[in-house]
Amino acid sequence: MVIKNGANMARYKHGDSFSTDSYKYISKPGLSKKVIKEISAIKNEPKWMLEKRLQAYEIFKSKPMPSWGVDLSELNFDQIRYYLRPTDHQVSSWQDVPPEVKATFDRLGIPEAEQKILAGVTTQLDSEVIYGSLKNVWAKYGVEFLSMDEGLAKHADLVKEYFGKVVPAGDNKFSALNTAVWSGGSFVYVPPGVDVKLPLQAYFRINAKSSGQFERTLIIVDEGAKIHYIEGCTAPQFSSSSLHSGVIEIFVKKGARCQYTTVQNWYKNIYNLVTQRAFVEEEAEMIWADFNMGSKKTMKYPGFVLAGKGAKGEVLSMSLAGSGQHQDTGAKAIHLAPHTSSTIVSKSISKDGGRASYRGLVSVGPKAHHSKNTVVCDALLLDPQSRSDTYPVDKVFNSQVEVQHEATISKIGDDQLFYLMSRGITQKTARKMIVNGFIEDLVRKLPLEYAVEMNDLIDHEMEGGIG
Amino acid sequence: MSSVLNIKDLQVKIDQKQILQGISLTVKPGEVHAIMGPNGSGKSTLAYTLTGHPAYKVTQGEVKLDKNDLLVMSPDERAQAGLFLAFQHPTEIPGVKVQNFLRQAYRARFEGQKTKQFGSVLAFRKHLEKLAQELQINPELLKRGLNEGFSGGEKKRLEILQMAVLEPKFAILDEIDSGLDIDAIKAVATGIKRNIKKYNTGVLLITHYQRILDYIKPNFVHVIVEGKVVESGDKNLVKKLEADGYQKWS
Repeated sequence: MVIKNGANMARYKHGDSFSTDSYKYISKPGLSKKVIKEISAIKNEPKWMLEKRLQAYEIFKSKPMPSWGVDLSELNFDQIRYYLRPTDHQVSSWQDVPPEVKATFDRLGIPEAEQKILAGVTTQLDSEVIYGSLKNVWAKYGVEFLSMDEGLAKHADLVKEYFGKVVPAGDNKFSALNTAVWSGGSFVYVPPGVDVKLPLQAYFRINAKSSGQFERTLIIVDEGAKIHYIEGCTAPQFSSSSLHSGVIEIFVKKGARCQYTTVQNWYKNIYNLVTQRAFVEEEAEMIWADFNMGSKKTMKYPGFVLAGKGAKGEVLSMSLAGSGQHQDTGAKAIHLAPHTSSTIVSKSISKDGGRASYRGLVSVGPKAHHSKNTVVCDALLLDPQSRSDTYPVDKVFNSQVEVQHEATISKIGDDQLFYLMSRGITQKTARKMIVNGFIEDLVRKLPLEYAVEMNDLIDHEMEGGIG
Repeated sequence: MSSVLNIKDLQVKIDQKQILQGISLTVKPGEVHAIMGPNGSGKSTLAYTLTGHPAYKVTQGEVKLDKNDLLVMSPDERAQAGLFLAFQHPTEIPGVKVQNFLRQAYRARFEGQKTKQFGSVLAFRKHLEKLAQELQINPELLKRGLNEGFSGGEKKRLEILQMAVLEPKFAILDEIDSGLDIDAIKAVATGIKRNIKKYNTGVLLITHYQRILDYIKPNFVHVIVEGKVVESGDKNLVKKLEADGYQKWS
């Protein structure tokens, strides 16, 4: 019963929203070898992991800040705490939660008890129970759904083999940072041929071992298996920390399928800089569905390496940029094998002076003959103060390929508004309908309960936002 | 209570240009008033002004729907009061499903009217499907985005379906026949006649051609030239226009 009743559970989130007052262990601000050694020691990690961390730290120091994407000049690495270990029982104050976050909870119809959990004020008492019952279902099929720490302890060989393989520490400054200081995140292994019909929701796993702002997730979908993994929540995620920098690596084996869905609604003071990439083998399929509504600045380009013949990849990206926000999102499609295909659909909405950028790389290697790529970028501007840009890059080293681009920028047209109003619909409702219609085909990819909340949240953002 | 749409000395500007120079018309329930005239004479301006498009500025005159001053109302309030415009070029609104949109529109139109409420979404959909069937509209269109990728004929038919759903007291049909072949004109005209009969709607039927008037017999015909009604008469006026054109007024 619990499993089927997803409507309430869906509201929970990745456990990132704890106030720093109540942690068992808090590292001092700033990063050093000492801090990294402490993190690794507390987590009782094997030596090779500590070595990976320390190597990554050197790479992190050597790499300059990216000069493209969002403005990162205000980001100060010395002021960030790199490891927070939550207490077993959260005791923090409901009063500390910003009123606009509370207002959004109310608006989404979330009961107060759940609001407190979402705001990080209390621990979710039931989560262990829910997780426990789901765990039994998965265990029957041999599916492993663990925290990354547990995964490392239990499946050291798999972690050693795959960790950093598709997102190496040296990929970019923030993947290096994550590799150096990662904590939390999920480890998932799906055995060959197993079709996990119910989406795995990161929420079920989070509380006892909270993921941090540097979560690390590794998902391995073995041959012919299927899985849909969802992280995040439409309710705002409040965090006292200002930087969230995760790395997600996924391996989709021959004939397997993986959908990874993110609903990101970080509180609007957060830098959200995430690297997520999948390695896709023969006749396998990877789908990234990425919904970015929160955070102050986002840089996020879900990608895939189509390494096996006939592999497929899809990125469905939606971003909403309001006042003070810059969402720099997009995709990376790397075709290495013949007959591979990829689709990138990006939709952005900018309002109240917000800025949304699409940044995409499509690379088709010399062996990827008969491959296809389609990119569709649609931007909707709600007012003249807002901004939208696209930065597409194609690198094609093969003549037998099809690469297509379509980009549109539209404004909410007076004609559309007038048409709806002439049918008795108020201007306010008409604007919401147009915006929800604009992203309808992407929202459809979400499980129903998320889709409903997504529409609610868009409605709410259209009414003036949550600050 | 007898309903009435009363237009008195309506003068309208768009971008500083005076388009309507004083139009007066009275439409009663169930009546069909054909509005004819050459291109640029102000027919569509009349349609948009009555519906409340913000680009059209009324400089003089009044319009009353029953006792209400239409000109102080927003477009949505006018629709809720029972006014309907079938657009010459219906707008595409991607992703807004026809059936969801029509349910919202229906609720706005009949809010607070107990006898007009449907118990469930499903009950409304059934009603909608029945209307679509009556008007020979493919019910698959109801599940698509509003006018999204519709052919010209499908768009026009959907306008008539919307009219049927909203049961207007008064409807302005702006060149509902333009771009349609003869079979489509017949189908659309049949739908309009059904709506008029069923809801006793008073209609302003704006057209260039007499053809649609073969199917929908107007009670009155008005010729508009340069923003003024230059002649009014019965359906015989259509034949005269067909023979002589608008030359004598220009």
